[in-house]
Amino acid sequence: MAAIATLDRAARRSVNAVQQYALISGRALGNLFQRPFYGADIITQADIIGVGSIPIVILTGFFTGGVLALQSASTLAQFGAAAVTGQLVALSMIKELGPVLTSLMVSGRNASGMASELGSMMVTEQIDAMRALGTDPLKKLVMPRITATIIMLFFLTIISDAIGILGGAAVSVFLLSQDGSQYFHTAYQSLRYADIVQGLAKPLFFGLIIATIGCYYGMTTRGGTQGVGRSTTQAVVVSSVLIIASDFVISRFMIGLFGR
Amino acid sequence: MSQAVLAPELTQPSSDEPVVVFENVTIGFDNKPVLHNISFTVKPGETRILLGPAGVGKSVLLKMTDGLLRPDSGRIFVFGEEVSAMPEEQLFALRARIGIVFQEGALFDSLTVRDNVGYRLMEEHRPDDEIDQRVLEALRFVELEHTLHKFPSELSGGMRRRVAIARAIITKPDLLLYDSPTGGLDPITSTTIIELVIKQRDVYHTSSLLVTHRLQDAFVLASHRFNLEANKMEPLPEGHSDPQTSFLVLSEGRLVFDGSTHDLVHSDDPFLKEYLS
Repeated sequence: MAAIATLDRAARRSVNAVQQYALISGRALGNLFQRPFYGADIITQADIIGVGSIPIVILTGFFTGGVLALQSASTLAQFGAAAVTGQLVALSMIKELGPVLTSLMVSGRNASGMASELGSMMVTEQIDAMRALGTDPLKKLVMPRITATIIMLFFLTIISDAIGILGGAAVSVFLLSQDGSQYFHTAYQSLRYADIVQGLAKPLFFGLIIATIGCYYGMTTRGGTQGVGRSTTQAVVVSSVLIIASDFVISRFMIGLFGR
Repeated sequence: MSQAVLAPELTQPSSDEPVVVFENVTIGFDNKPVLHNISFTVKPGETRILLGPAGVGKSVLLKMTDGLLRPDSGRIFVFGEEVSAMPEEQLFALRARIGIVFQEGALFDSLTVRDNVGYRLMEEHRPDDEIDQRVLEALRFVELEHTLHKFPSELSGGMRRRVAIARAIITKPDLLLYDSPTGGLDPITSTTIIELVIKQRDVYHTSSLLVTHRLQDAFVLASHRFNLEANKMEPLPEGHSDPQTSFLVLSEGRLVFDGSTHDLVHSDDPFLKEYLS
């Protein structure tokens, strides 16, 4: 009986958490179309989330593209297909690695940042103070973070894709002594409209996941500084797992839709 | 204390209708009851001091008054409107008439003192000149006008609490809620804060609900008045207490006392005797 009671409590907690997550996210997104509109806060967050993440996205993209070229070239050479290294790097970066790795990096940097910032505000009653002063924190704090993350992750992914392809090119040309124009030619020729759509649809979903998870854990923080630490860790872990899991679902759907 | 700069309007309550009404309010967290069947009122111009041991639910009660928490059962009326049944959007409008000072001040740590105190005015998109002028007035009331461009982290605990009071009074609210405004402060700083509360009570006659577990502060509030000419608080004659100040005492989630200072001091209730001793 004790085991059933424990299971019952755990199930209730999980359902309650999902309900709270849906409410926070839904209300925050609904606020996008209601006055007052916090445009300045969206721009501030876009700067913090987007511009602030450019260095790590460039570094991650460059080295991912580079290592992809390095690893695939030797395998492709066994089949006499080293010439299509550019094609492999471009497709992998644009369809999968660009969106997923960029999102994971932004998640590590920003989901944690959101959870810790909002969590600290929760435990020091600043969120309550904001409500008491007549401001809806979902409108002022959560909505700008969600909007900014979705928009900026889209552009960060484009940067990551481009830098990744360049990284692959650098490795192919300078380390593997391949022809640069051939690399870019095969990379460009192999790309289809469906690949681009697939690669650029993903960051929209991943951005939503990062911001809503980060804000949810921040806004539900309890238990002082220890609680803030717990929320920060959970936000990164949950958003990272959800990014990878949803990537599978989105990829399956897109492949079904576009046939590639 | 310097001369009060905010215009001493000396407004008198226009009606006897209670500002705050609690009707059989009950609330609990995680299936644990915190407050049970609480009923009381706060009349216009009245200051009610809510006493009780730490963790008894005093802050919870204050947050329910501002609509920040909802009771499990019972009804709460503020200015005649049922806050316990209002949607959050409507509560934002009602809260414009309520000022609240949180336990640790709850200042926005990324904003300067000017932006903290003028936060509500900034959200209303008032002109910068008006915001600056009103922020300065509110800060002069708490004697902190020199901290305008400092961040909360650069202030002492007492100064932060005074800035929180300035933030609460800047819009001249009709109801003030103080959540342990002297908690964690040294006795001298506590007296400064209590003097500000008395000044607000006697100069502006703002209805207020003050939570504290420090009996000394509570009795200073009840036994002193603010002398506007001397610009400092002074004790009332021996045996007198402020008629607009009365007490509520919570124990184990229940309201065990609701009455005047005299009734509290002369109560035969064993718990109250022990609590006051």
